[in-house]
Amino acid sequence: MKGKGFIDRHYKWVYTLPALFFVLILMVFPVCYTFGLSFTDWTLTSGKSISFTGLKSYITVLQEPRFWDAFKRTLEFTFWAVLFEVVLGIIIALLLNKQFKGKGIAKTLLLLPLVATPVAIGIVWTLFYDPTIGFLNYCLNLLGLPQSGWHTDAATVMPSLILVDVWQWTPMITIMVLAGLSGLSDEPYESATVDGANAWQILRHITLPMLMPTILTATVLRLIEALKTYDIIYSMTQGGPGYASETLNLLAYKYSFEYFRMGQSSVMLVFLFILVLVFSLAVMRIRKATEV
Amino acid sequence: MVSKKNPLKTILFYLLIIIILIPIVFPFIWMLMSSFKTQVDIISWPPKFIFKPTLNNYKRVFVEQHFLAYLKNSTIVAVFAVGLSLLLGLPAAYAIARNNMDKTSMFILVARLLPGISFLMPWYIIFSRLKLMDSYVALILSHMLIALPLIIWTMVPYFKSIPMEMDESAMIDGATRTRSFVSIILPLAGPGIVTATTLSFIYSWNNFMFSQVLSRQKTRTLPIAVYNFLSYVEVAWGAVMAAAVAIILPAIIITMIFQKYVIKGLTAGAVKG
Repeated sequence: MKGKGFIDRHYKWVYTLPALFFVLILMVFPVCYTFGLSFTDWTLTSGKSISFTGLKSYITVLQEPRFWDAFKRTLEFTFWAVLFEVVLGIIIALLLNKQFKGKGIAKTLLLLPLVATPVAIGIVWTLFYDPTIGFLNYCLNLLGLPQSGWHTDAATVMPSLILVDVWQWTPMITIMVLAGLSGLSDEPYESATVDGANAWQILRHITLPMLMPTILTATVLRLIEALKTYDIIYSMTQGGPGYASETLNLLAYKYSFEYFRMGQSSVMLVFLFILVLVFSLAVMRIRKATEV
Repeated sequence: MVSKKNPLKTILFYLLIIIILIPIVFPFIWMLMSSFKTQVDIISWPPKFIFKPTLNNYKRVFVEQHFLAYLKNSTIVAVFAVGLSLLLGLPAAYAIARNNMDKTSMFILVARLLPGISFLMPWYIIFSRLKLMDSYVALILSHMLIALPLIIWTMVPYFKSIPMEMDESAMIDGATRTRSFVSIILPLAGPGIVTATTLSFIYSWNNFMFSQVLSRQKTRTLPIAVYNFLSYVEVAWGAVMAAAVAIILPAIIITMIFQKYVIKGLTAGAVKG
């Protein structure tokens, strides 16, 4: 081969530089900008220019109870939502992992919550939850149970939002686990059956251990997404009633685009960053560890 | 296998499946039913399952609320964001796959992990200064940051699964790298490209936060329009549900058509191969 052109000799970079350049301008630069702003107490509406104030905004934010409440709430929301999603998701996947009539339809239906627009989902559940005309209070009524305020009551708003998240994302775990199950080899099962193991023993000692990498990756991917949940909460409660369902993402949004306190909002974003990065590093680790 | 000998077991099994599927589907059915109800039927207690359907809600959404304009905006933004991201992402994913540029791929994937609002605040400031608020340019650029990492995420493993001999044999015959990429590799990568395109389109279509901040009246996309509809003094539930149907239906239709690819995309990363 003679006289390879410039593109051929350098295609590695010719092909990747446009994408890298795009990411640099639209992601890296903004992230650095946010990080820089966290060391100022800049307010967009003040009309003043940006001036460096060191850790002042960090101190203000760290002394703000509303921030710590949101921080705790974010972790709680993530923990409970993902826990239910993973447990239910695995159970449903194990059930569906059989040959039966209508399996194709069942799989299609599972996809619906995953692709439906979250804002619209939030709105549909708002009607569902409505204390006076909602379908769920009607069900409680039929069962002879007391009515609930659902997302309009500070005491029940978080569980109500978690329920919507669980409804929307459990199928994600199910679909991932189903894909994992279809990739398992038959051999261990055959020898276990020969050895006379019962269904529970097979599940406990063969299926679940072999599925572990899939379950772990699915869990961490969900954790990262759940930490950032915004659409559903905003469309259903805007963080209310009061601040009762305000997570870090919502709080940062309000500080940025309602109060325009860009400096303090940046501090909150730095914390959200750190949370997400810790979980993301875990994904990379797990992906590496499970790669053969 | 479902036991063939024991009909009771089979019935129980199907019952269980139905018990699982009903809660998944019911909100969609309720949304659809409500979109054909009058306000009186919606607020009646107990909730009505049988009612006289009306098309007024859809009329209100599409004629009075200009939802066709928002539908157009959502489509323009999604199509351009996905198209341009493919243009940037496909060659990048190919080079990353062929040269094992793991660091480069991770660098781009970070965009998928970080919370969107951490880019959004600086964008808001910069796009305001550049007088790009409420422009398609700002929205398309922001949605590209959703699509591009997804394309890298799905396409790098896909290109890796295409044997290297395919490009080499083309290049021995005298084709340039770009020629062999465009005429040999890309067609082979068709299914992967369908996966990446479908998923990025749906994610862009569903995006709320970026459009909420960067768009105003002119470029408003569907999710924002649906949300704004809710904040009216007296919520016209029927019309709101018709709007929800209008936004969810395209995503569902696309998913049904490309179901196999959507599942591939969603499970990419969790399962090898």
